[in-house]
Amino acid sequence: MENILILIHTEPDGSLSKHAFEAVSAGVLLKSQLADSHLSLSIVGFNASEAAKSFNPGDLESIYAAGGEELKYSRYATDSKAIETLLKTVNPTIVIAPATPRWNKVVAGAAARVNGYTDTHINGIIANNGTIKATRWYYRQRIEVTFSRTQRPWVLLIESGIYQPYAPVTGNPAVREVAVEITDEMKKTSYVGVQEPPAGKNTIRPDAKLLFVAGAGWTKKQADGQVHLKEAEEIILEFLNLTRASLGSSKSLVDLGSEGQPVLSFLTHMNQIGQTGATPRHPKGLSTCCHGEEPHTVGWRFINERRAINLDPNCGWARGKADVLYVADAFAVMKKVNEMLKAGK
Amino acid sequence: MNNAYQIVVCAGIVPDPLQALEPVNSPQGPALKNEMMLPATLDPWASHALYEAAHFASKNQGSKVWLVSLAPKTKLQQVMMTIAQKAPFELIAVDCPASGFADSYEIAKILAETIKSIPSINFGKLFVFGGWESASRGSGTTLQIVGELLGITNQFQGVDELKLNPDGTFDIYERIAEGKHLISRLASPPAVLGWATGNLPEPRNNPQLGMMNMRNIMPAIQKAKQVKIENKFIVFENAQVPKQERQTRIVKDMPVEEIAKEIVEWIKS
Repeated sequence: MENILILIHTEPDGSLSKHAFEAVSAGVLLKSQLADSHLSLSIVGFNASEAAKSFNPGDLESIYAAGGEELKYSRYATDSKAIETLLKTVNPTIVIAPATPRWNKVVAGAAARVNGYTDTHINGIIANNGTIKATRWYYRQRIEVTFSRTQRPWVLLIESGIYQPYAPVTGNPAVREVAVEITDEMKKTSYVGVQEPPAGKNTIRPDAKLLFVAGAGWTKKQADGQVHLKEAEEIILEFLNLTRASLGSSKSLVDLGSEGQPVLSFLTHMNQIGQTGATPRHPKGLSTCCHGEEPHTVGWRFINERRAINLDPNCGWARGKADVLYVADAFAVMKKVNEMLKAGK
Repeated sequence: MNNAYQIVVCAGIVPDPLQALEPVNSPQGPALKNEMMLPATLDPWASHALYEAAHFASKNQGSKVWLVSLAPKTKLQQVMMTIAQKAPFELIAVDCPASGFADSYEIAKILAETIKSIPSINFGKLFVFGGWESASRGSGTTLQIVGELLGITNQFQGVDELKLNPDGTFDIYERIAEGKHLISRLASPPAVLGWATGNLPEPRNNPQLGMMNMRNIMPAIQKAKQVKIENKFIVFENAQVPKQERQTRIVKDMPVEEIAKEIVEWIKS
């Protein structure tokens, strides 16, 4: 018999993220697949008790809240103590949690204090005849593995976009407040702030329907023998503004910047997609001036529809990595695309 | 103020990203076909951690960098031929499989024991660095467990910058969502930092530095302790490379206007 605990956190403003609601759905679904199992929810962070009012008591046997100012921001020492306290209070065998940056940083360490084993980047959980199996990727999205664990508690950090978010309600469920003992030693790290991307240059949009990838070709000499960096920047930024697409790049383009070569001013390593970058989830992806080599395209694993524009008909995209490859000059095509988008065509 | 720090970088090796990978079954669970034949590199994010460690040490006189690496000896030796030219460090090698399928808990225990066994280690000066995730297992759990086993509860993941302030505190920039960084202030070490890409370019090869490093690296590899990974608590059912090859439609000689029209319709659909 499994005792399932959903472990989520509030945002600094006390709200709950979509990803948190997805983890709740994952827990509710898992419970429905396991006879005689129990399901509880625990919320960590500022305003945790208030956030608990989003849940229907009929879906959850118990709701625990560990709140307070000291748990407002991500901090390993205090978050790990809160999680440890909750795990010792509830004694779960299975823990479902969203793989947010805050939880990715701390849950495995905290779970280890109660001999718990944590698996991250989970993209599926199935219970069959009482056995729970999970799936995740190894070798940067190249090998998909189905596995289970004998050790309990077993903690599963779920990727976003896998489950439909739980539909919040307005209710007044019974909430058990859990006190977390915070010592001065745990405050050796303090919150300073959040650094936003420069104004107007926030080009990473995880919820965008389209990923637009700019490759190193944008910074190379064009047909007239000149580099057209300013023009490239204008075309790309205009396209992003018109479509609200998220901007990705290849490693080679980002690296040019750290090597002191001219690059697109709004690109950072945070935009990088692939082996040493992100693996975002978007319904569509448009690659431009990028060769589509394997270290980059492993980051496209979760992009459903893929199109590419490249002057080389033998580039990586042509070898089964894109649905459509346009052999064309991306400068000319994207300029025309922007014109059409502006004209509302 | 004494700004001499001890930085232990944990870094494994991974197959070169250009190699095709195929899983096969082994008694310990899945493994990579011809794994020992595949060219290897130092794990990419851990490499960034090493470069950041060397840079930080160079700015703080008296600091020292150790590189703790768990990998098969022969493969590690090949990788070190290049890495030794990138940054000054003392290697501590442990001879064990570098498989991504090895459980991070077992790896973390070995790493923690190895760090504890460094004779001159001083926790009041210690930073444990590594990549926030490996390019093999990619779990992001190993460093957290290492920190727990060492009793270090100031931990940071997805780090892009470590700044020493004039008052001896440190500002640490961690990646969070949507291109943002969380800035935290650490009063003093010890701390665990799982690095993302950082801000430094890959250092150019320096053959002189390589020769100096190799004087320590070869003996370290020769005396590397051999350990086994048991994977006791994980049961692998299936490991496969998904068939995702698409039937690419290659569009040549289409006027720009028509291509643009097709793309706009596709975006809007």
